[in-house]
Amino acid sequence: MNRNRSMFLLSALVFGFAFLYIPILSVILYSFNESRLVTVWGGFSLKWYGELLGDRQMLQGVWLSLRIAAVTATGAVIVGTLAGLVLARFGRFRGRTLLSGMVTAPLVMPDVITGLSLLLLFVAFAPLPFVPDQRGFATIAIAHITLTLSYVTVVVQSRLATMDDSLEEAAMDLGARPTKVFLLITLPIIAPAIVSGWLLAFTLSLDDLVIASFAAGPSTNTLPMMIFSKVRLGVTPEINALATLMVSVVAIFVVIAGVLMARQEKARQRDVQLAKAGDGSVTGAPA
Amino acid sequence: MNAAAREVKKEPWKDPRAQAYIRIEKVSKKFGDFVAVNDVSLSIYRGEIFCLLGGSGCGKTTLLRMLAGFEQPSSGRIFIDGADMDGVPPYERPVNMMFQSYALFPHMTVQDNVAFGLKQEGVKKAEVASRVAEMLSLVKLGGFEHRKPHQLSGGQRQRVALARSLVKRPKLLLLDEPLGALDKKLREHTQFELVNIQERLGVTFVVVTHDQEEAMTLASRIGVMNQGRIVQVGTPHEIYEFPASRFVSEFIGNVNMFEGRIIADEPDHVMIESQELGCPIYIGHGVSAPPDAMVWTAVRPEKMIITRAAPPEQHNRAQGTIKEIAYMGDMSIYLVQLDSGKTVRITQPNAFRQAEDRLTWDERVWMSWHESSAVVVTE
Amino acid sequence: MAPQSYVTLGERLSNGIELLLRTVTHSTPYRWSNRMLRTRGVTGRTIVIAVPWVWLLLFFLVPFFIVLKISFADTRLGQPPYTDLFQWVENQYLQVRFNAGNYLFLLQDSLYAQAFVSSVKVAAISTIFCLALGYPMAYGIARANASWRNVLLLLIILPFWTSFLVRVYAWIGLLRNNGVINNVLMAFGIVDEPIVMLQTNFAMYIGIVYSYLPFMILPLYSNLEKHDQTLIEAAVDLGATPLRAFLRVTLPLSMPGVIAGSMLVFIPAVGEFVIPRLLGGTDSLMIGRVLWDEFFSNRNWPGASAVAICLLLVLVVPIMIFQRYQLREVGGDARK
Repeated sequence: MNRNRSMFLLSALVFGFAFLYIPILSVILYSFNESRLVTVWGGFSLKWYGELLGDRQMLQGVWLSLRIAAVTATGAVIVGTLAGLVLARFGRFRGRTLLSGMVTAPLVMPDVITGLSLLLLFVAFAPLPFVPDQRGFATIAIAHITLTLSYVTVVVQSRLATMDDSLEEAAMDLGARPTKVFLLITLPIIAPAIVSGWLLAFTLSLDDLVIASFAAGPSTNTLPMMIFSKVRLGVTPEINALATLMVSVVAIFVVIAGVLMARQEKARQRDVQLAKAGDGSVTGAPA
Repeated sequence: MNAAAREVKKEPWKDPRAQAYIRIEKVSKKFGDFVAVNDVSLSIYRGEIFCLLGGSGCGKTTLLRMLAGFEQPSSGRIFIDGADMDGVPPYERPVNMMFQSYALFPHMTVQDNVAFGLKQEGVKKAEVASRVAEMLSLVKLGGFEHRKPHQLSGGQRQRVALARSLVKRPKLLLLDEPLGALDKKLREHTQFELVNIQERLGVTFVVVTHDQEEAMTLASRIGVMNQGRIVQVGTPHEIYEFPASRFVSEFIGNVNMFEGRIIADEPDHVMIESQELGCPIYIGHGVSAPPDAMVWTAVRPEKMIITRAAPPEQHNRAQGTIKEIAYMGDMSIYLVQLDSGKTVRITQPNAFRQAEDRLTWDERVWMSWHESSAVVVTE
Repeated sequence: MAPQSYVTLGERLSNGIELLLRTVTHSTPYRWSNRMLRTRGVTGRTIVIAVPWVWLLLFFLVPFFIVLKISFADTRLGQPPYTDLFQWVENQYLQVRFNAGNYLFLLQDSLYAQAFVSSVKVAAISTIFCLALGYPMAYGIARANASWRNVLLLLIILPFWTSFLVRVYAWIGLLRNNGVINNVLMAFGIVDEPIVMLQTNFAMYIGIVYSYLPFMILPLYSNLEKHDQTLIEAAVDLGATPLRAFLRVTLPLSMPGVIAGSMLVFIPAVGEFVIPRLLGGTDSLMIGRVLWDEFFSNRNWPGASAVAICLLLVLVVPIMIFQRYQLREVGGDARK
């Protein structure tokens, strides 16, 4: 019965991963296809990469999206970490339920609703003196930060919940004021969670179509918006090349990060083993 | 210094002129409807090792946290060295704490961990380095400066935590279950080390523990807590031999309790009739109890004497059968069922390696004790 | 050694920040404003709470009220393409132009009702498919040994980091009449003519399940991973078959993960726009598309707002369910 169950799980995993990856692999494959059509394999060619690099509009879109994503990720990390800190450590305070609700809602809110509501907000506030008149970089960034900060909050909050808060108490006991405790003790310990929050927000911003369409002005074209309009018109193998590049960059980062983490973990295990032997020498028992 | 003065120095609570270093006055702490600490008043003197002893949920940790500043009392006041600690946050108190989990900063080396408190005070770098080195050698961890906490064993981490909390030369050190995470051998070793370090540095310790052995070894005085209240304060000797209540006598060590009624109440002795013993009990000192009250006579297992022949006195004795024997190596525990039906626990040291006439199961024996060996408690 | 230099870098950085903080906090303007604020009950803590609170209030909550307001307005030519709710008449009287017409239109035109119903239906079915595929996958990863687990998790998250649009676009290439799947099927002689898969509900379901699968797997995995294996072992030891142990022990304990994952799929799927547009046909009516078309094609901002408000009302209950489970899983309730 156990064998049957493992077979079932294994086949589910295999099928699931195939389902997830076949489209990606097909995109990668056809980015090297000489022929424009998917039906025909015209031979190995890098010409679509060439076309991609020569398409100035596309490259501008990429650059814009990257900049927006970087700003978004940084902003989301700042606001989101504060929100996570507040929810995890500040106990009861006035307005806590509202904050908690406002933080979890964007996680599930359909893009079209958030997009529409933010656009209407920008339009309503446009007459005010110091509000950016033209919808563009700033408005998209604000919209993306609002969307992605919830994800950062969830990541940071759960990391803080598992962290031993007696560390923070010990720091206060030794004379550090709360701000110092946060900067010197809490932040370094939750740093990996913050980094993954940054990457998460970056990805979400880079990938967003709907909200950007609502929040962008007439002259702003982010990468997803460009891809969307191109896709509606028909097949452009350029996009295959772009996608392959994106996947490769991400894959390389992931592999490097994975190798580094594995090595760090091994070193850590070794240290723990060595340390355990240390106690024996104190009482005279053999190590 | 003559003997009397020396005694007072060692036992400052006996000196009527002594000023309490820590004064806890009618402190209570409520969490919603739950009363964690109920009207506690305590005086702790400089240089003491004071142990708060009690089971889980008795309020000892909450009281400790109020001394540290992590909780504010719902009512009452706390004074440390004469200063009112009301509203004073933990980082402004002359108090340091050693946490149960040690709470070593995982991303810092041992050196940085110990130096942390000094840096917060703004101490100069050179002085920091020398004080850290001095403290590390005191806890016998010289040479470990550049290790990180995960590279240390449990015992080593504990010593780092101790060094870190002592390096600031606090007036008061709070210890939360300091020996709980160590195994037995290490625990014994560390108990004596802790007392040594405390005597050398002259710091006042307040220790919270649920382990009686720990409290008895470490403490100069013990405060027994139950359900948020302090039920008795005294030296280990006083707590053990003169418990003030049933709870204390049953909580510390093992005890045999005989329920009975006072039938003769004189200033220098008391007679109690007890069905549970089946024989009158003679207590060799006066007892303050309301006439005709129900009292309990507490006799410790090691104070009871087992004999095959009947003891000469007509009181404080009973006959029974040995039901269980537990051989512990250094002593043996006998469970004897008296003729009255009650089972008593008696311990005897195994003073001789070979004993031909060793007691054995189902033997009929007499159990008795000396008139000064028992204590009477009223509730 | 590399790590050592990171430590000194980190130290220098934190020393620098400390110095900066000390200078700022000792400066006169800081001390003065600090005293001013403190007497009014504003501490450092308040400001820390205020930053995310105000941001979310301003950019998340307030916009919804604006949408509500606009849904009661009229369209008109010009910028912005809707009328004002409040109008000063002769600088004395406040006239409120309250137009419930948008909502009446929604209720009367059966197109909208159909779109809502079909959106909920599609989202529900997609959720069930996601659960059917995602639960075994999450379970399999949770039971795999530690070294494999991280790799598998990474493989689940990786597609997430490639463009969502491009992956949907890849499905177009696969599902087209002269796409990969049809070519393969015809090459092997399984079918004579290409199966029409694109621009159908079928393609839309595939697209939605494909995109939202990681959102189902991750909360499920995070829940299943925490399960104490000894509970299962105890159940089996007491005589339960593995199937029974699963149904009686694992499944109930995994319910919070199931609910969280289902809500994470269902709620956004109801309002999904891109996938129905790219993969679905003209008969796959989804409310997200309706809203988009109303806004961009018809330039009917008040109408689109009314649709948005109705969509919010439909989703209010699932959102609250999600929030309750999220609270429990992440421990968002006040601890002190």
